[in-house]
Amino acid sequence: MSRIEGVLKSLKEQGRKALIPYITAGDPHPDQTVELMHTLVAAGADIIELGVPFSDPMADGPVIQLACERALKHNTSLRQVIGMVAEFRKVDADTPVVLMGYLNPMEAMGYREFADAAAEAGIDGVLTVDLPPEEADQVAPLFAERHLDPIFLLAPTTTDDRIRAIAEHSSGYVYYVSIKGVTGSASIDVDDVARKVAHIHELTALPVGVGFGIRDAKTAAAVGKVSDGVIVGSVLVNTIAENQTDPAALNQALTDLLHPMREALDNQVN
Amino acid sequence: MSVKLTEEMLKAFPDARGHFGDFGGRFVSETLMDSLMTLEKEYLRLKDDPDFQAAFDKDLADYVGRPSPLYLAERLTRETGGAQIWLKREDLNHTGAHKVNNTIGQALLASFLGKKRIIAETGAGQHGVATATVCARLGLECHIFMGSSDVKRQSLNVFRMKLLGATVHAVESGTKTLKDAMNDAMRDWVANVDDTFYIIGTVAGPHPYPLLVRDFQSVIGRETRQQCLDKTGKLPDALVACVGGGSNAIGMFYPFLADENVELYGVEAGGLGIETGQHAAPLCAGRPGVLHGNRTYLMEDENGQIAGTHSVSAGLDYPGVGPEHSWLKDIGRANYVSVTDDEALAAFRTLTRVEGIMPALETAHAVAYGLKLAAQMDKDQNIVINISGRGDKDIHTVAELDGIEI
Repeated sequence: MSRIEGVLKSLKEQGRKALIPYITAGDPHPDQTVELMHTLVAAGADIIELGVPFSDPMADGPVIQLACERALKHNTSLRQVIGMVAEFRKVDADTPVVLMGYLNPMEAMGYREFADAAAEAGIDGVLTVDLPPEEADQVAPLFAERHLDPIFLLAPTTTDDRIRAIAEHSSGYVYYVSIKGVTGSASIDVDDVARKVAHIHELTALPVGVGFGIRDAKTAAAVGKVSDGVIVGSVLVNTIAENQTDPAALNQALTDLLHPMREALDNQVN
Repeated sequence: MSVKLTEEMLKAFPDARGHFGDFGGRFVSETLMDSLMTLEKEYLRLKDDPDFQAAFDKDLADYVGRPSPLYLAERLTRETGGAQIWLKREDLNHTGAHKVNNTIGQALLASFLGKKRIIAETGAGQHGVATATVCARLGLECHIFMGSSDVKRQSLNVFRMKLLGATVHAVESGTKTLKDAMNDAMRDWVANVDDTFYIIGTVAGPHPYPLLVRDFQSVIGRETRQQCLDKTGKLPDALVACVGGGSNAIGMFYPFLADENVELYGVEAGGLGIETGQHAAPLCAGRPGVLHGNRTYLMEDENGQIAGTHSVSAGLDYPGVGPEHSWLKDIGRANYVSVTDDEALAAFRTLTRVEGIMPALETAHAVAYGLKLAAQMDKDQNIVINISGRGDKDIHTVAELDGIEI
């Protein structure tokens, strides 16, 4: 059983929902990322999605685009990001880490070399925004051999046939993009998400995480009620931007944001 | 030439997944997949629909003014002292460039699909103007995304688009040029995918765009082929076209791919010189990667981050290129070369002075290489240079380089 599968199974047994924060590696500075990851875990994260900065993040809104620009100002590379996870693993052997990014940095590094290094560093899953399963035939066997969970997106526009096919290619969980739009853009429609996630659950046994549009404890709780986990990104990244010059304040601000989400998620279910 | 392509073989490219050999494909976020698959299905149906083709041909004839002439540049030929130089006059199309061939086709597709809102990216502004033009004619809402740095250097085209009723969005992210305009157009598309049609201006992007843009632009090569046979009794010896994304070049090349004796030359923007790194020549100096929905040659750093580009011409200032060009390069069917900003500017002046034809700065790259090539060829040979666009939009840039205030 993969680390991701284990964590999600144990949460399910406890009747709890996964809290999955996203931050961009290297933002505001590569030296701070590992510490921020530990902060997220201390504040209640079950799984961490660690963004790999890319110069042209087409599926992201301005908040994450700017995070990428801050990280790239320090030349944060995919190799370095993998190194950060290895560093994180020295202290935390339990919290799954999913790399989230775009295909080109992985292609530039070489798929085999990437897969080897990622597995070696203790990375658990890989979500490549611009790699639909149709184009994943080169990476899929490399990931499978190394027990890296390929995480794919489902969107409001995804047809039933595709939901089934994508789930076939996925392990760990599937990530339901709650809105038509880029990260951090529109407000979430919880009723609509509830219907869609229930429908996805009819088509696959995999846990469903929901992201895009979760801003606070209230939306986290509402979405948590109808899914297996919530993914929180832009609001955290925005907090990083606001506190980029003060590391201590930043750790506190992230905790202040994430901790109430954790409590709301746990209380919602009880 | 390493590979002999036949008409039969060409039908296999792109394949069902939109691949040209190792290149092309569909690398986009999940939200767009359904739209792209619908577009592909509808396009493959309409492609052979006589009503659709008749509507397209009629617009090309009566609205664009096709066929565009194939002009023998006699004085330029004499001065160059080599092959007969023929100019394919896409600059005489309505809106002043080849871009309109494609926007007519895609706008027609949009109306067959019932989409009322159109978005497009633009670099030099030619594709933006061509898109705004067809939207004005069809009464469609039009949004153009343009890097803020291009908005400054192509202010004439920005004003034209606004006059045509388009909303121009100046893109401030990244390098503020064509690639960033394309990022923002894709972001808009993800958010408005139900009612919006994205008219991509070049043969790049996710499948089926490289296919359908190539098909719409192939009218250039089909006409050229027939005009050469009519005027010279044979096929030309060489074709030359500039390559940014590569739509005018593929439109010129495609109908000749199986004619192995016709040499093809795509001319990239060498900027300040390939050796300086300040250029926009991914086929000459890049390597394969994935950007904007397709695998193709890119300009990138060792970590896979997309590199900044430089060209005096906004329309060539793009770090990628259409996947079919990447394939043609790798199989050796087409030659890809570059000329510098200075060479292009000199060719701009030469063509203006010697033939009274002022080319776009993008086109001037093809002219510069075409003149070099013609000089090495025999007098009984024929070379066709694709004059993809007219240069009025660039007079401010040229004047500024001369220190003249207009």
